Amino acid sequence: MIEALKGQTALVTGASRGIGRSIALALADMGADVAVNYSGNEAAANEVVSELRSKGVEAIALKANVGNSAEADALVKQIMDKWGRIDILVNNAGITRDNLIMRMKEEEFDQVIETNLKGVFNCLKAVSRPMMKQRYGRIINISSVVGALGNAGQANYVAAKAGVIGLTKAAARELASRGITVNAVAPGFIDTDMTRELPDDMRDKLLGDIPLARLGKPEEIADVVAFLASAKAGYMTGQTLHVDGGMYM
Amino acid sequence: MSDILDRVKRIVVDRLGADEADVTLEASFKDDLGADSLDVVELVMELEDEFDMEISDEDAEKITTVGEVVNYIQSHT
Repeated sequence: MIEALKGQTALVTGASRGIGRSIALALADMGADVAVNYSGNEAAANEVVSELRSKGVEAIALKANVGNSAEADALVKQIMDKWGRIDILVNNAGITRDNLIMRMKEEEFDQVIETNLKGVFNCLKAVSRPMMKQRYGRIINISSVVGALGNAGQANYVAAKAGVIGLTKAAARELASRGITVNAVAPGFIDTDMTRELPDDMRDKLLGDIPLARLGKPEEIADVVAFLASAKAGYMTGQTLHVDGGMYM
Repeated sequence: MSDILDRVKRIVVDRLGADEADVTLEASFKDDLGADSLDVVELVMELEDEFDMEISDEDAEKITTVGEVVNYIQSHT
């Protein structure tokens, strides 16, 4: 798939670390120019940008809280101003505010929905105009295995990630006639900062629930996203690909 | 007026694949020219570019015929 995305531009949200960073690198390996969106860690985002540039593609770091529609619009506008087109959007930005339902504060619920679900909608809406004009687009939304299975202590995160799957299907139907595909990838437990926060006993129990008996690597998600972003996935839309070591089947 | 109408006509013919003869002032995009709601959104986007103007979502919803588009553009440029 070398250089399969040459001349294309991609926006990856939440790309300063973890899965988003790996996705940005995988798209650059295929020749795409990449905008690295981040919300807080500018130093990490700049580091990803230098890694991308060392692969011979153009890259920029753009700060935005995607849960805010004005910031999402401005994010896409900056990419259009710079590159004049946007071919690939990967909605990856996400946060967790885990708590039992009985203890979960309203703002913990709202914050997670705002970033993880409304953030996807905001970016999707912002790119739909340029992608409709281009008659081409690849949108990939990062959901989660817990969006399909549920998970105690993550009512907010699970609701948002299940919502992403529904949003993916609605957008896929709405945009299909204009050459835009919309798919979701639902990672299982991947070895990132987010899962490193899990307590050891929960981590051990988790491994017992994974048929492949290990955490996934960020690159293993990125490879599937890169496939969906390529021309080879042109006849797939509205789908959710589960990349979780067999947890959900 | 005729200039605006010609430019609107060209976009409508181009975008909707309609017959130029059918693109009259009274013609409704959805009922007469075969547009679906996504076509109308795209049409509005293209008109915004062609006439270098912004058409708000509220206004766009009220525009249903070719004549309404021409009137709107005349009164907003």
